[in-house]
Amino acid sequence: MRKLFLAAIATVFLAGCASQETQPEAPIDDKGAATAPAGGGTSTSGVGGAGVGGTSASGAVAGAGTGTSPLRDPANILSKRTVYFDFDSFVVKDEFRPLVEAHARYLVANRSARMTIQGNTDERGSREYNIALGQRRADAIKRMMTLLGAQEAQIETVSFGKEKPRNPGHEESAWAENRRGDILYAGE
Amino acid sequence: MHSLVRTLLLLLSFTLLPALPARAQLTIEIVGGAGTAVPISIVPFESEATWPLGITGIVGADLARSGLFRLVDYGGIVPRPARPEEVRVADWRARGADAVVVGSMRALTDGRVEVRFALVDATKSAVLASQVYTVTPAQFRATAHRIADVIYEKLTGAPGVFSTRIAYVTKQGPRFALQVADADGNDPQTIVSSNEPLLSPRWAPDGTRIAYVSLEQKKPVVYVQSLATGGRQAIANFRGSNSAPAWAPDGRTLAVTLTRDGGSQLYLMNADGSNVRRVTQSAAIDTEAYFMPDGQSLLFTSDRGGSPQIYRMSVGSGAVERITFEGGYNVTPRPLPDGKGMVFVRREGGRFQVATLDFATRQVQVLTQGPLDESPSVAPNGKMVIYANEQGGRGVLAAVSTDGRVRQRLSSTATDVREPAWGPLARP
Repeated sequence: MRKLFLAAIATVFLAGCASQETQPEAPIDDKGAATAPAGGGTSTSGVGGAGVGGTSASGAVAGAGTGTSPLRDPANILSKRTVYFDFDSFVVKDEFRPLVEAHARYLVANRSARMTIQGNTDERGSREYNIALGQRRADAIKRMMTLLGAQEAQIETVSFGKEKPRNPGHEESAWAENRRGDILYAGE
Repeated sequence: MHSLVRTLLLLLSFTLLPALPARAQLTIEIVGGAGTAVPISIVPFESEATWPLGITGIVGADLARSGLFRLVDYGGIVPRPARPEEVRVADWRARGADAVVVGSMRALTDGRVEVRFALVDATKSAVLASQVYTVTPAQFRATAHRIADVIYEKLTGAPGVFSTRIAYVTKQGPRFALQVADADGNDPQTIVSSNEPLLSPRWAPDGTRIAYVSLEQKKPVVYVQSLATGGRQAIANFRGSNSAPAWAPDGRTLAVTLTRDGGSQLYLMNADGSNVRRVTQSAAIDTEAYFMPDGQSLLFTSDRGGSPQIYRMSVGSGAVERITFEGGYNVTPRPLPDGKGMVFVRREGGRFQVATLDFATRQVQVLTQGPLDESPSVAPNGKMVIYANEQGGRGVLAAVSTDGRVRQRLSSTATDVREPAWGPLARP
């Protein structure tokens, strides 16, 4: 009975959800160095039906002009972009050194190239603490690259914590895929 | 207990269907009681049936859901009392009621309604509270919560939190939404939605703004958004990650975690993003700051000792003291409103559980079983903790009293609910 009732409500709610997304544009103030357009199809509003402000923006980012590069050649190690980590670890394992070294060499050879390294964790533990753990993984990859000659300004490290798992599963094999750092070049 | 749940659902169905919101709504049911619930009878107010949405049903649902009250049947008492002097305490004592709520409603010529209520102590035959409200029918629900707050405070000694709101994040397919709803789950409103994750909503102390973290810019950025207008500002969008916002009690300062100088460290900034200053200087992770109620110190999580543990730092002197010592993983500190203890998450045998710690005795009380309990948020009266966990692979919310005796389950039609944040007490 209760399930039926909830299911009925769910149907009505879902039906109502589709027509919610028309908000006028409003400017967003960005503070700090790295500014980027609001992306992710984000929209905001107030409560009580009173004021409406908001933003929706496509996340189109200008390309960095890396050309038809080795970065996308599947035969080139530069097309490999993920470094996996052991549980509770932010040590870059030996098997991923060639990958990290290749990207470092690319940054040295292409001083205008810019990359973001996104750190990620598995789903266990505090969301905010996992943001910090993912950051540490991204930073570990960056440190290896700067030791090899890449410049500090070429690499931004950020973390998604456990918020963007590659594998949504709840077992060790899924977790192993989610403990990772992903390399993205500007414009990708 | 089952009949209570059914009554609640019936009540919800009657009261909600006319203005069915086009959003997933939380329904709250009590799954474990206090054992010492106060028996109370709530008599329908005189003339209440004149209006489709009454008041006493909501008052009763509020009190029953708290787990601290048991509703006593009023049927068969004729005539029904509407004023305290009409309450024959012997009738109610015979039914085991310790307290009786009576009242009346009267339409005024301007369309508003005069609502009177009184709380009578049936054991001492004394009037504990009486109030008169002049409200519009649209304010009945809010009035009912106010009355429940008064009753709760008179009978338990702690402020009621029925008039408060909660914020939480839903995930429906690929879509994340930060929603704000009444503490009973009613009237959910989406304040921001995105295809990228949203997390860490934190109410400003006056309840007018919410800080949160959004990944919409492909990195964590801290926003502060006005609830009245929906306008928002990215207050921390520095190179690297920006996360873990926490309001100071004055509402003018926030603590955040930034990585702009390398590593996750704590910073303070003004609520408009100005005057950023670093407050921890460690080679370790320092994050998840939360101000103590007096604003003089911060609780935070750090792995400076080799494992994540909770520390307290004086804002004035910067002096740091370690708070947790037992176990290898203690995170997400949330001070209790009296400043005498905190709620936090600990990992024990692979299970993440919500627990309390008393600062004076260092006594730890585990409140939940896990295995994936996280993001606790303390009600502003310090009596309940709302938290997130997982059931069948989907995120759900639950609540537990800080003494561990009362348990509530918050069900939703959304695929996934997480990141609850209990709002401040309503302004009188």
